[in-house]
Amino acid sequence: MIDLSQTSSQTAQKSSTRKPFSLGKTTLTVVSVLTYMFLYIPIIILVLYSFTTDAFGARLTGFTLSWYEQLWRDQRLMGATLNTLYVAFVSMIVSTIIGTMTALALERFRFRGRAVYDAFLYLPVVIPEIVMALSLLAFFSFAFNLIRQLTGIQLRNGLATVIISHIAFSISFVVIVVRASLRGFDQRMEEAAYDLGANSWQTFWRITFPLILPGIIGGGLLAFTISLDDFIISFFTTGPGTSLLPVEVYSQVKRAVTPKINAISTLMLAVSMTLVVLSQVVQRPRT
Amino acid sequence: MNDGIAIELDDIVKSFGDVNAVDHVSMQIRDGEFFSMLGPSGCGKTTTLRMIAGFEFPTSGRLKIHGKEMGNTPPYRRPVNTVFQSYALFPHMTVAQNVAFGLEMKRVPKEQIKERVQKALELVRLPTFGDRYPRQMSGGQQQRVALARALVNEPEVLLLDEPLGALDQKLRKEMQFELKRIQEELGITFIFVTHDQEEALTMSDRIAVMNAGRVLQIGTPTEIYERPNCRFVADFIGESNFIEGTVRASNGQYATIETSDGLEMQGYTEQPVSVGSSVVLSLRPEKARLSTVNGNNSQKHEANTFPAKVERVSYIGSDTRIIVRLASGRTIDVWEQNTRSTLDRDAYWQPGEAAILSCSVENALILTS
Repeated sequence: MIDLSQTSSQTAQKSSTRKPFSLGKTTLTVVSVLTYMFLYIPIIILVLYSFTTDAFGARLTGFTLSWYEQLWRDQRLMGATLNTLYVAFVSMIVSTIIGTMTALALERFRFRGRAVYDAFLYLPVVIPEIVMALSLLAFFSFAFNLIRQLTGIQLRNGLATVIISHIAFSISFVVIVVRASLRGFDQRMEEAAYDLGANSWQTFWRITFPLILPGIIGGGLLAFTISLDDFIISFFTTGPGTSLLPVEVYSQVKRAVTPKINAISTLMLAVSMTLVVLSQVVQRPRT
Repeated sequence: MNDGIAIELDDIVKSFGDVNAVDHVSMQIRDGEFFSMLGPSGCGKTTTLRMIAGFEFPTSGRLKIHGKEMGNTPPYRRPVNTVFQSYALFPHMTVAQNVAFGLEMKRVPKEQIKERVQKALELVRLPTFGDRYPRQMSGGQQQRVALARALVNEPEVLLLDEPLGALDQKLRKEMQFELKRIQEELGITFIFVTHDQEEALTMSDRIAVMNAGRVLQIGTPTEIYERPNCRFVADFIGESNFIEGTVRASNGQYATIETSDGLEMQGYTEQPVSVGSSVVLSLRPEKARLSTVNGNNSQKHEANTFPAKVERVSYIGSDTRIIVRLASGRTIDVWEQNTRSTLDRDAYWQPGEAAILSCSVENALILTS
């Protein structure tokens, strides 16, 4: 092992003048190619099989768009899709607003318990999703019990509880992204604005907000994407009669894997990838 | 109301934790003056400037702008504007929008803004750059925009925080003249913070030399250079030979010193010194003279003459810098201007050559510290 690495680094140094072949470099290339194949071959197969004419989706027998066409006519899938988009949209807006304000407070002010608050904020990102889902479920049943005892009104899980849950875990992601953009923000910009006669309000809206907007949009798009393909939390916090797309896909797969599932998965993949690319593009530093 | 004083600092202290960044500073800056605060980094000059701007508030002491007590007045209600070291131009706005920002905040009518922005850009010689973004401009141009953005508001006092720090040598020189020209044209007070002594000497009407949160000396460039009041000022501004010694005889502004290596020297002092006190003599290298041993030179009759030996000669174009060693072992730097003919290829001095070092009494400054 040691010999190998030494040889490779030596050859790497001399590679410009000596023979171009290097064992280390070749190994690295092969490993990289294999890794990417491992990651993307399943996805490529999934996409390919969404176009197959084979009804069981087991063989590539021909090209058709009929599975995509069938999606349109599947009431349950379309209903679940609309629900998912609605949840993702609302939770994105709310978590972006709360997350941005939290990021500003954490970055700007020194207050007691800031470090603790900071640490707790990242907890939802690292704790197992199933724990988060169960705790939310327990929380809602506790809260609904309390409300019933106080007012006599019985609330049930539904879209609202899913939205609240998605907001709860999206905030952490928004805060992480917005804080990163605040760190790159030159505080002197704000001083310059004060110096030119702008008060705090004017300074925020004219200077700070436009400059950290890419970070805010990036955080929002991330929140949208996470909400869009969330399964576990949605599964636990949704109520009877309200279905979300990932949950609906799961229940259809239990019956049979048809190319229709591949088709809806391909569409979800496309949307998620577009949003992720978009969030990277808006956060790209301007030169 | 206006007694000709633009800014008055009265016993200002600013502490961060246990440290006094600014330590009992008092000074008065006159109307229309180009006033520099000069000192090494961490001397409190920038903190003082930031208190005038309103970004920091004094821990104690009083700060007045044109007679008005500033107290805790926020920066956006002070009649001053700042040019930042990093320029701090708004990257999402064009040059014209940057310059217009202050006027918009003051709700100046639109047509007037356009006119004044154009005039400000003409003042800094960038009349056609209004539609560009800061990132499309060079450092020197951005600096000019920052200047226009501050000046367009017609501040009573303009604060400049090491504004030329990020520019290369040639641009710096250019901007020094430019700043001076603009200041004279507009006649407003400039307070200029720098650690570059040459910059301060070139541009300022008066300079405050600061160190460790205190003001050591305030004076014109000539006063600061020719009559420094302590070793730090003499050392920080220009270069100097320092010779420690004890006062043996004192006669008003003149005194005789016995140096630590046993030489007797005559020196000049602003404040009378008492016999027996320890002092330091400051001798600028360009005010020390070297003459040949055999020559028939009048300098030999000066009060301070010592036999010396040339140790090292470095030729730097305009000057020749010579290090000589005295009989006592002490070395002294001497600078001579190269006034010789360009056809004369021989060096004046050779290492190992014997010479006579001399200086007039007035140029050997006695500093107490």
